[in-house]
Amino acid sequence: MARNCLVVDDSRIVRKVARRILEANGCAVSEAADGQQALDVCRAGLPDFILLDWNMPVMDGIAFLRALRGEFGADSPAVVFCTTENDMTHIEMAITSGAREYIMKPFDEEILMGKLGQAGLL
Amino acid sequence: MTIPLSATAFATLAGLLKTRSGLIIGQDKVYLLETRLVSILRREKLPDLNALADRLGRPGVEPLARDVIDAMTTNESFFFRDDKPFQHFRLQALPRLLAARPPGTSSRIWSAAASSGQEAYSLAMILAESKALIGDRKIEIVGTDIAREPLARAKEGQYTQFEVQRGLPVQMLMKYFKKEDPNWRIEAAIRQMAQFREFNLLGDLRPLGRFDIVFCRNVLIYFDQPTKTRVLEAMAAQMPPDGLLYLGGAETVLGITSRFAPLPGERGVYGVVTAPAERQALAPAWVG
Repeated sequence: MARNCLVVDDSRIVRKVARRILEANGCAVSEAADGQQALDVCRAGLPDFILLDWNMPVMDGIAFLRALRGEFGADSPAVVFCTTENDMTHIEMAITSGAREYIMKPFDEEILMGKLGQAGLL
Repeated sequence: MTIPLSATAFATLAGLLKTRSGLIIGQDKVYLLETRLVSILRREKLPDLNALADRLGRPGVEPLARDVIDAMTTNESFFFRDDKPFQHFRLQALPRLLAARPPGTSSRIWSAAASSGQEAYSLAMILAESKALIGDRKIEIVGTDIAREPLARAKEGQYTQFEVQRGLPVQMLMKYFKKEDPNWRIEAAIRQMAQFREFNLLGDLRPLGRFDIVFCRNVLIYFDQPTKTRVLEAMAAQMPPDGLLYLGGAETVLGITSRFAPLPGERGVYGVVTAPAERQALAPAWVG
């Protein structure tokens, strides 16, 4: 059965690229343009995993992750950050806040699918 | 207009690569010569491969010949490549090796086509994670490659953002790497677990010493059959009866040598077969 992935990014182009890669690899994709929209999507039905940008308007990625864990518990859905933030401070903050993997942009299909595979999400 | 590669020039280049590195280049791979040697042509201000072949035929061109071999060698590498060999090493080979080697003894692992060091450092990280199990045993990792430029990078242990995202779990990145903008550097304790040196697999393996475990993945595919046999048999001679060999997923020893036999149910993992007179009848010492 297709894995449901929510792609959260304020860039329409990034969402489109991620959708194309994920759908080509058998995932069903929904989208949100910021953390608040993503929370609304999750309240309507939790995806299997979330690909999450950091810097977004309204609610950023880390605020969304903390709200998600607060509302739905620590275990699911799995979250993989996908962001231009590429320093150890951000990586550690993401993982200690409950992200399972971390992708530093730019990414390609090999990196995205490799990271999802490592995270046991495929 | 580009002059096509002459038969003589092709023979010179292909002959150099085969005799010096074992690399087989067929007529169908001329495009590889054209794409990989273009930077040498520019640097040497040579118009085409015919001129390069002509230059290589003159005396005193050893550095140029080395550069050609370096440029033609495939240096594709990433951390925990293909994952399964590393899972096997961590869960089966390493515990078995430790059980067979008493505390206080030394073991050696060879990354035989080390390239820029990701395979050797992946093994070093697994050893670091298994410190309690290893105790006071010494495990040395030796990485060798014919190409010098990637080996220099291996010694530095410095990788691009792209490279640290290929195969490396984020927990390993956090634990064993430091950001040295814009790159990432593997920490000194892991770097010190592996040593790297230039070595040609067609050379005499004996000076390298004995190895308990050999990773030689995705190298033999570039050799012809007699060269594969020669390299594998020389490797077997440097390994103990319980030695283990890891090859790439598309490689095999079958039909090439009887000095190794596949481990049942394990793709790409081979045990040493010890007694030459009984090779056909013996399973590797590792089985059972």
